[in-house]
Amino acid sequence: MECVFGLVGNGFAIVVADTSAVHSILVHKSNEDKIMVLDSHKLIAASGEPGDRVHFTEYIQKNVALYQFRNGIPLTTAAAANFTRGELATALRKNPYSVNILMAGYDKEIGPSLYYIDYIATLHKVDKGAFGYGSYFSLSMMDRHFHSGMSLEEAIDLVDKCIIEIRSRLVVAPPNFVIKIVDKDGAREYAWRESIKDASVVSA
Amino acid sequence: MSIFEYNGSALIAMVGKNCFAIASDRRLGVQLQTIATDFQRIYKIHDKVFLGLSGLGTDAQTLYQRLVFRHKLYQLREERDMKPETFASLVSALLYEKRFGPYFCQPVIAGLGDEDKPFICTMDSIGAKELAKDFVVAGTASESLYGACEAMFKPDMEPEELFEIVSQALLSSVDRDCLSGWGGHVYVVTPTEVRERILKGRMD
Repeated sequence: MECVFGLVGNGFAIVVADTSAVHSILVHKSNEDKIMVLDSHKLIAASGEPGDRVHFTEYIQKNVALYQFRNGIPLTTAAAANFTRGELATALRKNPYSVNILMAGYDKEIGPSLYYIDYIATLHKVDKGAFGYGSYFSLSMMDRHFHSGMSLEEAIDLVDKCIIEIRSRLVVAPPNFVIKIVDKDGAREYAWRESIKDASVVSA
Repeated sequence: MSIFEYNGSALIAMVGKNCFAIASDRRLGVQLQTIATDFQRIYKIHDKVFLGLSGLGTDAQTLYQRLVFRHKLYQLREERDMKPETFASLVSALLYEKRFGPYFCQPVIAGLGDEDKPFICTMDSIGAKELAKDFVVAGTASESLYGACEAMFKPDMEPEELFEIVSQALLSSVDRDCLSGWGGHVYVVTPTEVRERILKGRMD
């Protein structure tokens, strides 16, 4: 089951996602990146139906880029989150997307922010959020250890605590996770937490 | 589980002497899981009209955005604010438009009308208005709320006493409902000022 979670720290926001691409009982690959870099200072961590997830997040990414081309300035995180919610809400009663989203971003005046957008387009600004069966463990760990204005070391420590909890307590726990961060220097990949490495392709 | 009980909510509006109070709980949940404890259910349309939306969070947000749009257009055309009675009719019409594919929301409207006479009303998800002279309730805790309000209500209460009564009725009712709670948000509105207060109740 897909695990996505995230939290806001002191001047940064972190999102973590598992990296398993699963189809029924088969694991297609264990290094699927589910956190898309939306623009220089935004990340979108998505979980749900794989086709919808890729299609919808790419659609949002391209529209955010289009806004920047047309208007010369990038969207704020709040505006991008509201746009995403609008697209999900419009599609909800026609052709719904089964994608849950955690959008993390950094704006110069506002600082870091994290938005929880579930698949039926409920939008809420949060300090910590999670989706999937893993959320039962990661939200509880974060409720216990999170405080506002955490440093990067403390936040990564908390992320690792959550990953350990998911790995030990979730029956079909995903083996690998990717951690991405967004702060004043931009959105980038921070680290991977792998317990199973994909076998490299054997050359003939 | 019913779609109206997916996110969990509790709303009250009560009439006092030349004033009214409108209050809500603060929980945003996804069935059994609590996502946030600072969710806003009551919106200010203008200084003398407040709207509370219970039920499905996504529809509450969509409906609020549509209503703000319609009210802003009204303000541009008429160069004045909407009366609460008119606003209630607008909400009712918008809801009935979707009669065979409704918004899963139960709105509570409270305002000061002509000569600052308090006005409250609620309606079901397809726009059947229910005007009341004393109090109206909505949400997953509505049955408890009816009982609590009926027991505690007195006509012509001053703002301070009204605040106490509304707070006690809200907190005692949400304590009996697992889907709503995590504090309260109370607005007491008189012709001269709006007082917004956050309640701390049982945080479970």
